[in-house]
Amino acid sequence: MTSQASWWERLRNNSLFWPLVALALVMGFNLLFTPNFFRLEIKDGHLFGSLVDVLNRGAPLMLMAIGLTAVIATAGVDLSVGAVAAICAAVATRLVGNVTDVTATPLPLVILVTLGVAILCGLWNGLLVSRANIQPMVATLVLMVAGRGIAQLITDGQIITVYYPPFFYFGAGYLLGLPFTLFIVAAVFLFAWLITRRTAIGLFVESVGTNASSSYYSGVNEKNIKLVAYVFCSFCAGIAGIIISSNVKSADANNVGLFMELDAILAVVIGGTLMSGGRFSLAGSVLGALLIQSVTTTIYAFGVPPEVVLVVKSLVVLFVVLLYSEPMKVALDKLARRKGVQA
Amino acid sequence: MADAPNILTMRGISKAFPGVQALDDVDFSLHSGEIHALLGENGAGKSTLIKVLTGVERPDRGVIELDGREILAKSPHHAQMLGISTVYQEINLCPNLSVAENILLGREPRWAGSIDWRRLNARAAQILEWLEVDIDVRQSVGMYSVAIQQMVAISRALEISARVLILDEPTSSLAAHETEKLFAVMRKLKGEGLGVIFITHFLDQVYEVSDRITVLRNGKLVGVYDTATLPRVELVAHMIGRNLDELQEMSRYKKDAASSAQKQAVVQARALGRVGSIGPFDLDLHEGEVVGLAGLLGSGRTETANLLFGVDKPDSGTLSVAGAPMTHHSPLRSIQAGMAYCPEDRKADGIVGDLTVRENIVLALQANRGWFNYLAPARQREIADKYIKLLSISTPTADQLVKNLSGGNQQKVILARWLATEPNILILDEPTRGIDIGAKAEIQKLVLTLAGEGKTCIFISSELDEVLRTSHRVLVLRDNAIVAELAPDEMNEHTIMHIIAGGTE
Repeated sequence: MTSQASWWERLRNNSLFWPLVALALVMGFNLLFTPNFFRLEIKDGHLFGSLVDVLNRGAPLMLMAIGLTAVIATAGVDLSVGAVAAICAAVATRLVGNVTDVTATPLPLVILVTLGVAILCGLWNGLLVSRANIQPMVATLVLMVAGRGIAQLITDGQIITVYYPPFFYFGAGYLLGLPFTLFIVAAVFLFAWLITRRTAIGLFVESVGTNASSSYYSGVNEKNIKLVAYVFCSFCAGIAGIIISSNVKSADANNVGLFMELDAILAVVIGGTLMSGGRFSLAGSVLGALLIQSVTTTIYAFGVPPEVVLVVKSLVVLFVVLLYSEPMKVALDKLARRKGVQA
Repeated sequence: MADAPNILTMRGISKAFPGVQALDDVDFSLHSGEIHALLGENGAGKSTLIKVLTGVERPDRGVIELDGREILAKSPHHAQMLGISTVYQEINLCPNLSVAENILLGREPRWAGSIDWRRLNARAAQILEWLEVDIDVRQSVGMYSVAIQQMVAISRALEISARVLILDEPTSSLAAHETEKLFAVMRKLKGEGLGVIFITHFLDQVYEVSDRITVLRNGKLVGVYDTATLPRVELVAHMIGRNLDELQEMSRYKKDAASSAQKQAVVQARALGRVGSIGPFDLDLHEGEVVGLAGLLGSGRTETANLLFGVDKPDSGTLSVAGAPMTHHSPLRSIQAGMAYCPEDRKADGIVGDLTVRENIVLALQANRGWFNYLAPARQREIADKYIKLLSISTPTADQLVKNLSGGNQQKVILARWLATEPNILILDEPTRGIDIGAKAEIQKLVLTLAGEGKTCIFISSELDEVLRTSHRVLVLRDNAIVAELAPDEMNEHTIMHIIAGGTE
């Protein structure tokens, strides 16, 4: 009985367990009720289907969730990721320009400058939090509000539409039959994983998030750890901004990444990283983002009116977050134990 | 006195946690109008017994009776309603609320639906007056000293009309006169017929204030004794289950260390000071010596340590370590210069609760190595296992979360963290606070062993005998200044207390 309980406990305490359960439930629902959800076909050498769609459309959210994981693990939060994406979308499209088949700036330079702007945004947030000691929610609220204004200034209040096909590759291109966005996500995830798990940065982030004072006494430069987390978060949001603008071939300062900060926070929380900081799971956050995206896609595939989407999404989130709660844990433990006795 | 009625009886209490039998068939009884000391080493089961009594944990077996009726507290709140109140070591008040609000939180007198502030404040003042505490009840609690906060917490317990009051290590952060005050209050409560359970590590205090003693060891009941008839040595033997050879061995250790002390200054402070925390002082620390800092809480002991380690920035004077001046001082710079610092507040500044024992142990070493010179997990485990063994830290594995360890073991983890950096200079601020006699002796011995190896130690403690036992010389602090330095032949409790009290002649 004890071995069964501990087996259950080990599984349940795995940070990926609940996001996977929820994802499996959503997929199971689709298997039963959504025709052709799992059908994959190859057109023009590219893979098509609802699953591919989930991954492709979910890319910006996955990127934001990866970046936000680092910030939330330091016991902070970044509300400005959506606005940063908007700024970067505006910068990128502005640099490309709206002349057909011609770019005003060489593409590599477009990417470099855009990501540079993203890093500046991150420095701003990071300095406000780590040096000026402003509470993260307030500090990043500044850029969340101001960011959309800045993005509008960059676009002159217009929706900039681009007509330079090579730029479309980031958001709509295919590599080896798969959407190119997946490769971007994979690369960023790998980078984040290496930098946190193959250097001491991950340990320091968790340490600072758990107890900043103890970390300081132990010689951890907690200010720079926080700074780096915010810079990385904005960097990821910047990439998301490029993908979004490339995908829709335009930048609308009012709509790029609108409310995505909330989805990204949800994704991180669903992935098992606590808002109070400390232990984090990058893979969990990615799964959380996929869960949110697949719920959205499922609802659309089902032909439900878009107004309902938000409600259903919130129900799914509620379900997962409840599973994490302490009373639910106790109840599940009891259930597991009873089953163990019967067996 | 033994004929007084039992208010509280606990019979056959057992509680198991994964891998540990925390309580094994323990009996406990409390008379009305008695102060009952609950003693035992760390992990003896004191905390678990209290947690069971106050509804934090459910017992696996056993019966609890209060005034003859069987009870089982479902939560600390429920326990309070039943008449069992606890004042914890870490005081759990709301620092931003006023004294009166804290005392009557959740039971505020109301008038027409809103809080009747006049009656609220009057009621709180009345209770405090009875305890002979004279403070403004409208000020926020956070403004007052720990001692006053404790009185507020006790007042809160009284307001809920407690039958049983549990004081968990109430004196560990109090100065001597504050402790006296607390004892006066405890005796007063006893006179009112309350049962007081007193948990402490200070044996003097046990003998000063308690009527009976219950000793636990390894989750089992060792015995119940009348304080008046139990010799001290016997009590210690009951508690640790072995004799005190180790403590006697200590003085021999120290002599060895003293004779090998070489006169080479490794730390030099000149007119180092910080307004509001510690007045300018000169200090030379030599290889192989242990320097004790004695003084009351708040006399500037911790502030001195904070300046030396770079936690706080000085605003006057200079500091050099191993000949190199410390500019842009920070904890990291200190670590790089070979220093280590076990801070006073273990929970707030020491452990990182949600990290594992292994991660806690390698934290400072890794900080010293930098972000990219990462210690591979296998190497981390090696280091952790080495120090777990060396300091006999009791933990199932190195991957246990450090918050699940007992206080003494957490302290050892922090010591391990610093030993892993192989420091030359160790600053230990209250390294033995709240831990059991056996572990205390181990830590004191460790300090002397390190000094014997040529390392320099600063040893800060509220317990004078401990400072005297370990130190080669003692600096005495009073009112945020170092007021005296005592050589070995001048070092005794009488002199130090005299200086602390202000008699300099």
